[in-house]
Amino acid sequence: MYEQALFKNRQEGRPATLAEYRAGGGYQALTDTVNKLSPQDLIQALKESGLSGRGGAGFPTWRKWSFVHENAPHPRYVGANTDEMEPGTFKDRVLVNTDPHLVIEGIILAGYAIKAQKAFYFIRPTYEMDAQIIERELQVAREAGFLGQNILGSDFSFDIAVHRSAGRYICGEATAMVQAIMGRRPHPQKNVHMTDAGLWDRPTIVNNAETLACVPLVIRNGGAWFKGLARTETGAGTKLYCISGKVVRPGCYELPMGIPFREILEEVAGGMLPGSELKAFIPGGASTSFMPPKFMDVAMDIDSLKQVGHRFGTGAIIVFDQNTCILGATLNLITYFARESCGFCTPCRQGLPYILDLIQRLENGEGEEDFIPRLRELAGHMDKAYCAFAPGAAAPVKGMLQYFEAEVREHIIQKKCPFK
Amino acid sequence: MIPEPLREKLKSQINQAENPREQAVNVMYEIQRHYGYLTDEGLQEAAAMVGATPLELEELATFYDFIYREPVGRFVLHVCDGVVCWMFHEGSLFDYMCRKLGVCAGEVSADGMFTVLPTACIGYCDQAPAMVVNGRFFGHLTPALIDEILEQLKTETCDLVLCR
Ligand SMILES: Cc1cc2nc3c(=O)[nH]c(=O)nc-3n(C[C@H](O)[C@H](O)[C@H](O)COP(=O)(O)O)c2cc1C
Ligand code: SF4
Ligand code: FES
Repeated sequence: MYEQALFKNRQEGRPATLAEYRAGGGYQALTDTVNKLSPQDLIQALKESGLSGRGGAGFPTWRKWSFVHENAPHPRYVGANTDEMEPGTFKDRVLVNTDPHLVIEGIILAGYAIKAQKAFYFIRPTYEMDAQIIERELQVAREAGFLGQNILGSDFSFDIAVHRSAGRYICGEATAMVQAIMGRRPHPQKNVHMTDAGLWDRPTIVNNAETLACVPLVIRNGGAWFKGLARTETGAGTKLYCISGKVVRPGCYELPMGIPFREILEEVAGGMLPGSELKAFIPGGASTSFMPPKFMDVAMDIDSLKQVGHRFGTGAIIVFDQNTCILGATLNLITYFARESCGFCTPCRQGLPYILDLIQRLENGEGEEDFIPRLRELAGHMDKAYCAFAPGAAAPVKGMLQYFEAEVREHIIQKKCPFK
Repeated sequence: MIPEPLREKLKSQINQAENPREQAVNVMYEIQRHYGYLTDEGLQEAAAMVGATPLELEELATFYDFIYREPVGRFVLHVCDGVVCWMFHEGSLFDYMCRKLGVCAGEVSADGMFTVLPTACIGYCDQAPAMVVNGRFFGHLTPALIDEILEQLKTETCDLVLCR
């Protein structure tokens, strides 16, 4: 029913093989590229496609790649990001399990576009089985001549190594990831442009696995085709949406960018579980805000959500029903964020435990009226932190206060959680 | 001293990387797979092998949550405490496992088999509540299913993957 581009080769139980991937046109984009396209051609096609980052920030991919100067030093690096520790998000795991070569081809094309020599496939430890799939398929790609010295007989040489992480959400932040790969304590580094001096002080681009997987499709079918896959003018391409929580068919689905939440919930995910009614949803992973049902018809793309004051994030939707205490859910989220803070800067390291403490006391029925303005103020301070982690952590708190203030206040009036 | 075969394995792993430091995490994983955790002695030797000071490696070991600086059970039950799993069990499964095994978070069960740890969303939200053990996922957890899984793990002689 919905056009499947990234998930064209999806089947139950196992990833597509190299032969299956090639039968559907796989590695054609790479073959064409090394034979007749310039890095500039790739970047131009991406520009036409409107592809923007699928890792949460939504930055236009062509622009990031074009920041690497023509005469910048070598070696240059690509980081493929499958840290995927944003709660609610599991699309990259499903993608790697569906069509590993689509991701691999995308990484190789990224390498070609910035004239890189090497890529690191950065993956979290709970995805060890997926890391093994990638390693195995990288070897298959090498043996087929798509990777390694003189790819397909051209003068382009490029290889990919899997880099295993050892946990911690912050490692998914691109500048922290680069530190992690270098074997340094992974705090974000905002004082350098990675496209000038990233990994080992060399030009580096980091992209999300899903972003990279879109690239072969753009090169093979053209930028205009990709752009046209979206439902909206403001969107581009398809998107791997995750939906989880109190729905009938939770899962990861490839859908046109800009599809409204109502359609995802009702048509794709089979609606709410019996006995459940929609109370709120989080549109794009734990670092986006709660949204009440009145937003059900907003197009789920980056610009449309921005227009109503929300962030698209990773497109990982979490659905809450009438029996869920939003304060309780926020307590869970802020506990996670306080634990995952890298500890480098004070607003985040000190502020999040403070927010956590206030919310915990509210949930315990020990809250007071002035906790509400204090929470609002503290959540606002998160914008002063060093990296995007802390504003993300504040998003659900702000959403709770914006849309569910009455429910928070009920905890104060009743001196207990009204859901317990 | 770490045993010679392990040392050789580590050396060849390090040699594959352009920069030895890139292998810091892998080397720590190997040592903890061998000893069950990252021993002080192992840390010292690993640091020398990747060209870091022990303190620099300790900076990493203490940062990551899949590096264990104390002994853990043969299997670590990484139980998701993410928001979707929370929605379905509100923490009770974690408590159930601790009660059943007679441990608190991080302790080793009397038979040496299990440690229970809370873990950030493990990317199986569509099958919440979920946990990951020795690289394997278990979803739609219930107390009965947990009993079954624990029995199965006890009798299994499966190889340990990277992170228990
Ligand atoms: C705290 C934090 C965690 C992040 N985690 C991830 C992640 O797991 N995967 C990812 O692709 N991007 C993650 N990002 C975004 C990256 O910094 C970066 O923007 C992204 O990988 C770029 O790829 P894209 O342009 O293809 O989206 C994270 C950002 C922050 C602030
Ligand atoms: S905002 Fe948080 S995660 Fe980011 S640098 Fe500061 S302490 Fe670290
Ligand atoms: S919240 Fe438990 S697997 Fe994602």
